[in-house]
Amino acid sequence: MNGSRKLLIFGGLALVIWGMGYGIWYAVFIEHQTLDGIGSALAAGFMRAAENRMAESQAALADAASRSFVYVRQVDAHGHWTGLGLLLLILGIAFDRVGFGESARKSLAIALLAGSIAFPLGVLLETWNRGIGPQAVAVAGSALVILGLAGTAWGFARSG
Amino acid sequence: MSVRGEAIGSDALATRDAERFAPFSARRIFVIGGIALILCGMILGDVFAAFILHSNANRIGANLLAATRAVMAHNPETAGAAFQNIGSLLENRGTKVDAHSHMIGFGYIALLAALLQPYVAFLEPTKRLLAKLFLVGATLLPVGVFMIHYVGLAGSPFAAIGWASIVGDSGGFLVWLVSIGELAGLWKYFHVSRKRAVPDELLTERSWPARVLLSGGTILILLGFLHGSYYAGVHLFDDEAKDGALLSGMTTNAASGDSAGALQALADYGALQGAKAVNVAVHTHVIEFGVLAILTAFFQPYVFLAEKWRRIWAVTLLIGSLGLPVFVLAELRWGLFAGGYADIAGLLVIIALFAMLVGIWRYTGKLDSAEGAA
Repeated sequence: MNGSRKLLIFGGLALVIWGMGYGIWYAVFIEHQTLDGIGSALAAGFMRAAENRMAESQAALADAASRSFVYVRQVDAHGHWTGLGLLLLILGIAFDRVGFGESARKSLAIALLAGSIAFPLGVLLETWNRGIGPQAVAVAGSALVILGLAGTAWGFARSG
Repeated sequence: MSVRGEAIGSDALATRDAERFAPFSARRIFVIGGIALILCGMILGDVFAAFILHSNANRIGANLLAATRAVMAHNPETAGAAFQNIGSLLENRGTKVDAHSHMIGFGYIALLAALLQPYVAFLEPTKRLLAKLFLVGATLLPVGVFMIHYVGLAGSPFAAIGWASIVGDSGGFLVWLVSIGELAGLWKYFHVSRKRAVPDELLTERSWPARVLLSGGTILILLGFLHGSYYAGVHLFDDEAKDGALLSGMTTNAASGDSAGALQALADYGALQGAKAVNVAVHTHVIEFGVLAILTAFFQPYVFLAEKWRRIWAVTLLIGSLGLPVFVLAELRWGLFAGGYADIAGLLVIIALFAMLVGIWRYTGKLDSAEGAA
């Protein structure tokens, strides 16, 4: 087995295990409480509005939006790490059919692995810092995955 | 090579295939269990989309309307009750979607594990045990998650987690442990055993259906990534901001007695939720179908059907895989009319996959009868 396949298979499997472990940890310790919190905040927003306590209502709705922002990204990070890990594994198994030399294949494998780690990491970092930095990490990660995938598709097509 | 030589080679190949795909072997358990999980997950998803999804969304909308009217009537109890109903409806929808997606995801992992079995350096009984444990975990998680809405917190020792969640999470933990076991087996193969690589027919398949599925699957995944990146980059943050603004508009307009403004905000909120759900569904389905196409490409040597039918099912799977996300996206313009076509496209994928499972079943029958004859 050549280096590019090893990188994708071991990197992919490690990412799948990491993504699943993260998902189990999140489901057991955080998810249920977060969903309860979003529901309670939304209900409080409408109930306070019905009582004409508008400042409290707006604060509750802002709290719900903030919790929802974090929840969406936590679930996205879990789903994308696991999904991308699975994709790396699958591509790794078929990677000898990519019709390029080993050095080009290794570059594609590095781009795919680096992007698959960075993209969900950037999404997750957005929950701690809503500045441009985490978004840039996520965009760079997804660009690496797209480039790697486009190169792989081209390589599959070349090999016939 | 002489005819006799070819016959000997063919016999040797058949014997090796029979060993790798022997009855109750780890690879056979993973392949058949994996495809069965994917089929069950897809059927659950199609039934959910056709019969539950839209009526559930309508009920959520009706309760949100009730909450907005309760704000207009300055009745906080009714608003709170409406949100309790919404919470229950969202849990119902969320757990069904989770059960559907996890069942399919575990099916993919099972097929991958099947491909990797020759490189997992454990004895066959250990590999078989891992395969069975995987299927137990992969069944427990979706079943547990599906039951969350019905079991609730009844008899649970925890404040926020019920028994169904505990069962589901245990299933996930079992799958996770098996994945670590498979990784350890791979590590042993590459670092300890140093076995001589034996060619695996699944990894050398170059037939027409396999090539079409491999290329088509990669293109589908690329399309899914491009769509997801476009949505995340251009719409996601704006949609999240609109989400908060519309909720705020509903409450402030309703509290000040501007019922037209409140109802308009409610209608816009419903449309926004629909657009978000459609875009997420397009992104995830096109990528998942791409992964499925690539995985089924590997297993074409086990699909014991005539070449013509293998080609037909490969093309059917790709047509359905592209059709479902395209028609889901078209729902934004044409509503349930396009939704119906999306369900039919999903059904095409299920039929193609079921046909391939039948082919694999026939292959196992051929191997078993040959073994019995020997």
